[in-house]
Amino acid sequence: MKPKLLISYAVLALIGVVSIYPALWTVLSSFRVGNSLFSDTFIPQQWTLDHYKDLFRTRGTRDIQYAKWFWNTLQVAAVSTVIGTILQLLTAYAFSRFRFKGRKPMMMVVLILGMFPGFLSIIAIFSILQKLQLLDSKWGLVLVYSAGSALGMFVAKGFFDTIPRSLEEAARIDGANNMSIFFRIILPLSRPIITYISLMTFTGAWVDFIFARAILTSRDEWTLAVGLWSIIDSYNSTEFTLFAAGCVLVAIPITILYMYTQRFLVDGLTAGASKG
Amino acid sequence: MNRTPTIAGWLSALFMGLGQWYNRQYAKAVLFMAVYATGLYVAFAVLPPYLKGLISLGDKGVHLEKVGKISRLVPGDHSIFMMINGVLALLVLLVIVFLYVLNIRDAVTVGRRRTQGQDSSKLNNGLFPWLLLAIPFLGVLFFTVMPIVFTSLIAFTNYSSPNHIPAKNLVDWVGFSTFHNLFNMTGWSDTFVGVLTWTIIWAILATVTCYFGGILVALLISQQGVKFKGFWRTLFIIPYAIPQFVSLLIMRNMLNEQFGPINQYFRAFGLGGLPWLNDPFWAKVSVIVVNMWIGIPVTMVLVMGILTTIPRDLYEAADVDGASQWMKFRNITMPFILFATAPILISQFVGNINNFNVIYLLTGGGPATVNYNNAGETDLLVTWLFKLTIDFKQYNIAAAVAILIFLFIATAAILLFRRTKSYQEEDMIQ
Repeated sequence: MKPKLLISYAVLALIGVVSIYPALWTVLSSFRVGNSLFSDTFIPQQWTLDHYKDLFRTRGTRDIQYAKWFWNTLQVAAVSTVIGTILQLLTAYAFSRFRFKGRKPMMMVVLILGMFPGFLSIIAIFSILQKLQLLDSKWGLVLVYSAGSALGMFVAKGFFDTIPRSLEEAARIDGANNMSIFFRIILPLSRPIITYISLMTFTGAWVDFIFARAILTSRDEWTLAVGLWSIIDSYNSTEFTLFAAGCVLVAIPITILYMYTQRFLVDGLTAGASKG
Repeated sequence: MNRTPTIAGWLSALFMGLGQWYNRQYAKAVLFMAVYATGLYVAFAVLPPYLKGLISLGDKGVHLEKVGKISRLVPGDHSIFMMINGVLALLVLLVIVFLYVLNIRDAVTVGRRRTQGQDSSKLNNGLFPWLLLAIPFLGVLFFTVMPIVFTSLIAFTNYSSPNHIPAKNLVDWVGFSTFHNLFNMTGWSDTFVGVLTWTIIWAILATVTCYFGGILVALLISQQGVKFKGFWRTLFIIPYAIPQFVSLLIMRNMLNEQFGPINQYFRAFGLGGLPWLNDPFWAKVSVIVVNMWIGIPVTMVLVMGILTTIPRDLYEAADVDGASQWMKFRNITMPFILFATAPILISQFVGNINNFNVIYLLTGGGPATVNYNNAGETDLLVTWLFKLTIDFKQYNIAAAVAILIFLFIATAAILLFRRTKSYQEEDMIQ
């Protein structure tokens, strides 16, 4: 029994090292003096905060507008979160609480459409935005992120399903109408699910690369995902420590949010599969 | 004797609202009549040019026109905008037809209710859910359904660089010739078959490695006697929590052939470094291994959840029967895990077919090869599609590829539903 357990611990430790190594290496690199990818030692011999300061400084020789990209990303993510969360809540509430004609088939359609990754029809979205003159604009991106958010409604629907109907019936007897039931009874009870949806929408918009890369063409409009990608793509490894510092700043808030939401992870994965 | 519903129906078919009038629902009747008038006007006066545009896709490109004595360059028809307008017009037409059918059905239902002597004025308050759904519905319609329809249409045109890009040139319908090129034309067909083959190999390997890797890690943590389970779980979930675009771009640097730390360690042990991202074979190995790093935590969390739902008494019963560890694993643990995760396995497979991030951010589809048209050795169908759209403007080929992926996903979705149904009905776990 003992040696077997020892091997288990060794394997666990190894996996742990592999899991954490890239993150650790990046954090350490971001404090290292110099700008190259190559380093003799894992732990920097000289420490510096210059790269973090450098991100917010403009330099003539290169075009890295980190502060601008950060602001763009924040705007896009925040607005998409507000619109997307509202749309998703409304959809989930309607499907959970009302029995109307065509409800079942519509849920089926939502489930199937939800499986299609939006970027497959990127050509069409591109043309539609071009027609609306929203190409190369943050607001076009917001539209794309929030418009389809209703398709992810199954987790929220599952949550609404668990709120007892007797609450509403009691309110209805007291003379509440549909609107006041939703705002005064359902919404206050739904705090956890609202937190979950808005966090997911926010991180989704924060980390998306595909649409941002396709829709935003001018550097001023870029989000962080596209900006960081371009640092690696155009400067190769010559600005690596700067890139590492940029990564650390983007990743920290999201990583914390994800660690917080991971208890919902299983719900999110199985929602579509078991609650059809 | 029971003619009221029939008469009401026919009256409504003849002229929207007339049946409702006959049913003495005057307000509704007036509303429907107004809809009828607007609908007729829109359908016959407003929509036809747009619908015609959808069929012709424009007949004049940029051309010179004589204005007085000077010839001037005049912008031509923008085929793609005409197509969008046409699809929208079609949509409006469908709404009108839908309202027309609704009107007849309403007249018949109310008429029937009248003959049965029921109160016809009271309608159930079924409008509220539709009110809630209206805006989400429009969002999905315009940014999910319309794009799919529109993509399917583009695949049947010649919308591509360099000769058919509006507003400079016109785009025309070409029928199935895009698909014909994709399957038969050398260059395109070689690329398509090559990329498709690698996509399938990748999806199978990526799904299987993450799935079984995740199960193994979960079992390892859940083993009896292992302490600090929560700590290990949190530690291993870190790769999942870091935004993918960040971790993948970092991995790209770690695997850098000359300066990356991985090769540095290899050299420190006296081994030559490997061309992780620059050699076709090693690039494929790299993407699969890196994908394991990203994907295993998800399966791990899932399986750890399932492990806690397996009833203890099953194991106790097995102990009484003298079952070995391996037999308990094979006959209790594994079936439970497989049963509960099967639907997710399918959706992960589909997800991997469309796993854009791992490929595009890690290798960018490279290393480049001369055998393929606008694609590299590790390109999946989706990254190829993305490059065709963004970099090379081969929209029609990209749309054709998208349709093929759509068809594939639809098949998988149906499979998943079958599976889900059995999942719900058998109720083995509850």
